[in-house]
Amino acid sequence: MTEILLFAIPALLIILGALIVVFAKNPVHNAMGLVLTLTSLAIVYITLNATFVAMVQMLVYAGAVMTLFLFVIMMIGVDKPEQSRKEIKGQTFLISGTLILLVSIIVYIGLENGLNWDLIFPESENAIEGTPSLLASSMFTSWVFPFEVISILLIVATTSALALAYEFKKNESND
Amino acid sequence: MSIDILVSLIKPLLVLGIVLTNTIILIWLERKVVAGMQSRVGPDRAGPFGILQTLADAIKLLLKEQILPLRADKAMYLLAPIIALVPSFLIFMIIPLGPGFDLTIGGETRFINLVGADINVGVLFFLAISSLAVYSVVLAGWSSGSKYPLLGGVRASAQMISYEAAMGLSLVPVILYSGSMSMSKIVESQSGNLSSTIPVIDSIVRFIPNWNVFPQFLAFGIFFVASIAEVNRAPFDLVEAEQELVGGFHTEYSGFRFAMFFLAEYINMFNMCAITATFFLGGWLGPTFPGIFPPLLSAMMPTIWLGLKTVGLLFVYFWIRATLPRLRYDQLMELGWKRLIPISLIWLLVSAIVLGIRDFGLPWS
Repeated sequence: MTEILLFAIPALLIILGALIVVFAKNPVHNAMGLVLTLTSLAIVYITLNATFVAMVQMLVYAGAVMTLFLFVIMMIGVDKPEQSRKEIKGQTFLISGTLILLVSIIVYIGLENGLNWDLIFPESENAIEGTPSLLASSMFTSWVFPFEVISILLIVATTSALALAYEFKKNESND
Repeated sequence: MSIDILVSLIKPLLVLGIVLTNTIILIWLERKVVAGMQSRVGPDRAGPFGILQTLADAIKLLLKEQILPLRADKAMYLLAPIIALVPSFLIFMIIPLGPGFDLTIGGETRFINLVGADINVGVLFFLAISSLAVYSVVLAGWSSGSKYPLLGGVRASAQMISYEAAMGLSLVPVILYSGSMSMSKIVESQSGNLSSTIPVIDSIVRFIPNWNVFPQFLAFGIFFVASIAEVNRAPFDLVEAEQELVGGFHTEYSGFRFAMFFLAEYINMFNMCAITATFFLGGWLGPTFPGIFPPLLSAMMPTIWLGLKTVGLLFVYFWIRATLPRLRYDQLMELGWKRLIPISLIWLLVSAIVLGIRDFGLPWS
């Protein structure tokens, strides 16, 4: 019972937050919906005994990234809701098709498992997998190549963002 | 099983009581200390030495009308004070208040540790939760629908992001030095006295407690400055600079919602000092005088030591507030990004090299 509650409440909050992100008109409300989703996801991580991942999720996404989002929204000063409504051709058909596909996938998986909807929580000995020292030792030994590739990718992204911003500024001063 | 549930119910209630009582005394203490430093009397009407002044203020704020501005974004306006208050209570839950004790109820003996929640990544929990506190300020500023709160909110988000980075980086060498991210393990790693392999230094240094503040003095400095900026206290209180922004982000708030912001600020301040004491000043460690003091007092000494260290740091906060003028905004950003973050990075490098040599020896030997 406790396990189901610990899963159900954050899961419902994740869905609620995601719906706010999609449907709310005000950009600040969208951002706060995303914060709700990310924070509830951290709670799900804690119930899965991955405390470290949960804390990093809170720190990086809910803490830093979303604060920057809000900062940018407030700096641009989007006080009024979005006016333009762009409709993709046949969007009703696409959305209903995706929904039907999603529901049929869920039903298929459910039938495959013999309608066994029991939640499986890892035992407490798995908790050690979330500790930073084990994470670090696997990251710097067996996964060191992907790790370095990702870091190069991030540096490239940062430099290209800088280059784009600088180019824009130079053009502006020439006018 | 039932005792466990009881313990986990009692702990949050106890934390709530401690935190609220602390705040009442803290606000009175700050007014008295700052008044003394500025040759004033301070509050002296309500109760002996004016100690009931905060209570009177709280009752006044409760009875005031709560104004909802016409252009306010209702949902966010009501949400902001709650977001301010919740993280401040959560942070207090991870501060170890004492070594813990065995409790026997109905033949069952249980070890009760004096921490709300002893999680193995306590340091990260502290950083994660304190980064949530930004939302309250930003949302309060934006949702009020008025220009001064908005400016305060924008300033706050920039300031708190900048100083969070410095604060997190200054804690990394402490984690390396203590070898753990758990708050109680960090406290335990600071027990005993300093020692050195060189006999002359050892004879001087062996009387100094093994607190992180001595080997990690630079990290302590950076953390202290960053923590003052993080709780938006003078000289970093640009978020609510009275001369420029009226009241900053909480200009439009009144009554009990304003009281919630006020409460959160003082709880955050107390938490920050207790966390600083835990990381750098040995937490609850200190002589307990068993045999000299009565057993009950001796058992309570660790908590009293933590309290004394916290109040000492709070006094420095008040002192700084009464002494230093407010920084200009560009000076504030420059101090954060151009001074504190590079220094903490260099210090992290130096600590890592020193610890590496201590544990693994010189690379060429």
